[in-house]
Amino acid sequence: MTTDTNPIAMTAITAVGAAGMPRHHLAIFVALFVFLIAAPFLLYPIFVMKVLCFALFACAFNLLLGFGGLLSFGHAAYFGMASYVSAHAAKVWGLTPELAIIAGTLVAAVLGLAIGSLAIRRHGIYFAMVTLAFAQMIYFFSLQAAFTGGEDGIQAVPRGHLFGLIDLGSSDVLYFFVLAIFFAGILLIYRIIHSPFGQVLKAIRENEPRAISLGYRVNRYKLAVFVLSATLAGVAGATKAIVFQLASLTDVYWTMSGEVVLMTLLGGMGTVFGPIVGAAVIVTMQNYLATFGDWVTIGQGIIFVVAVLSFREGIVGVLAKWIRKPL
Amino acid sequence: MFELLGIPPQVLFGQLLLGLINGSFYAVLSLGLAVIFGLLNIINFTHGAQYMLGAFGAWMLLNYLGVGYWWAVFIVPPIVGVTGIVLERVMIRRLYHLDHLYGLLLTFGLALIIVGFFRQFFGVSGLPYPPPPLLTGGYNLGFMYLPNSRAWVIVASLIVCLATWFIIEKTRLGAYLRAATENPTMVGAFGINVPLLVTLTYGFGVALAGFAGVLAAPIYAVNPNMGADLIIVVFAVVVIGGMGSILGSILTGFGLGLIEGLTRVFYPEGSAVVIFVIMALVLLVKPAGLFGRSV
Repeated sequence: MTTDTNPIAMTAITAVGAAGMPRHHLAIFVALFVFLIAAPFLLYPIFVMKVLCFALFACAFNLLLGFGGLLSFGHAAYFGMASYVSAHAAKVWGLTPELAIIAGTLVAAVLGLAIGSLAIRRHGIYFAMVTLAFAQMIYFFSLQAAFTGGEDGIQAVPRGHLFGLIDLGSSDVLYFFVLAIFFAGILLIYRIIHSPFGQVLKAIRENEPRAISLGYRVNRYKLAVFVLSATLAGVAGATKAIVFQLASLTDVYWTMSGEVVLMTLLGGMGTVFGPIVGAAVIVTMQNYLATFGDWVTIGQGIIFVVAVLSFREGIVGVLAKWIRKPL
Repeated sequence: MFELLGIPPQVLFGQLLLGLINGSFYAVLSLGLAVIFGLLNIINFTHGAQYMLGAFGAWMLLNYLGVGYWWAVFIVPPIVGVTGIVLERVMIRRLYHLDHLYGLLLTFGLALIIVGFFRQFFGVSGLPYPPPPLLTGGYNLGFMYLPNSRAWVIVASLIVCLATWFIIEKTRLGAYLRAATENPTMVGAFGINVPLLVTLTYGFGVALAGFAGVLAAPIYAVNPNMGADLIIVVFAVVVIGGMGSILGSILTGFGLGLIEGLTRVFYPEGSAVVIFVIMALVLLVKPAGLFGRSV
């Protein structure tokens, strides 16, 4: 991606807090944590869990697009396939929810490795088309395979007992389980972004030939970030299946891939917190417009067009420019 | 009657014919994408929606104005092309200085808007488009029955593909186009209006999509979603063929249609994914695509 749209590229000197994290990042994480602890008492818990799942999905996607500079247009494949596997594991195999989520995540990781190793052979627009085409292949597979339930999907997935002990049947209890997964996910992504590995990724994003000439095995880095991103998207999808007790074709269809691109773009690609904001806005919009049928699609299209034409930094990107600190 | 590997010839040739028809659409659509990509360096995600616009254009002409199919074949593509020109002038033009990925995202958003509006106002059940009298009936070729409507689709798309090849490879306008693809600044310095050329090229590529839509109207139901899944397969076709060569796009389109038809005969479950599997193989063996020049 071009530098001018990337707040991360700004060289602001930032105060560093205790954990090696800039103080304002630490403050945002703490505020987010406090808000999310309070959220189920203020908002409908299922809604907040939906936002959390999609926020994690968008953050995983942003790791690839915002920091790896790779536009995957097929992230629904990992989200949806993990969702199917997790639902199947919980319902048919009777696994506990945490094991079901791990199963879904592992499948997403393997799928990411397979598709990623093919897709990174092409660049730019072709990369996007290849990932989209493979995701469509996964969609057709899900449509025909026996275990996915075809058009019906996998319904009435049991939420089960966490570690075989804690009953997740109540949404209030489940909420804190999902919150823990979400925080573990975004803190891991934060760590990846700010690790030496993440620095090399940014170098590749900014100037691939130069990174190659400096001796980095660019394709290995790209594949690694692709697999990481697919895996974390899998965590989000697998968790979503447990929360909604449902895995369906919607999760694996290309519209889902488009939605996660939109969340990331709207929130601010290449920012740490942007995808969370983007996911919250889009999920809220879907909730309120749900009764208006296709106006949701039209609304998403309009946001896409406006965001691309005149709002490329995204919401958080603009804020970051404003306070002159990377967010 | 002879049988081939236990498959009756009617079935085999019937599916091959269907494959050729799909191939015709792949060829015309991937050709449009290739022409647009060559000069604008964007992948036109709206292509599927514009194909749908072509089919709806024909349907509207017939139902609102009583204008028949044969007129629609000539009237609709230019109209769809003009809508493309407007989009290019108003929106797409603003993105040329940016990363190409933004073009993809913009056209994706436009496709959502167009398809969303048609779904909202026409529903998703699909509208029938009666084939004109000339296209009903067919010929018995002895080994199979060839419906006129299908023969027409194959012939018409071949003609359009070859005409496009001729314009781009053999005429002066095509020479400007190819030159502008190589080096727009230099061509502009020779006094050719490159921005106008870009706009017209986009319009032409979009008109090709509209033409494919008109051809599709009597064969498939006219449906707002008709382009969405098709365009993803066409993307795979484009990745397989590479966008370096016009004839390459045409050959890849028809060839993959045939392969898909064959798969439907011998392994029906695989017919939906065979093109994606071929794409994976091509990426392994020749990442630039069969006719591609560079990565």
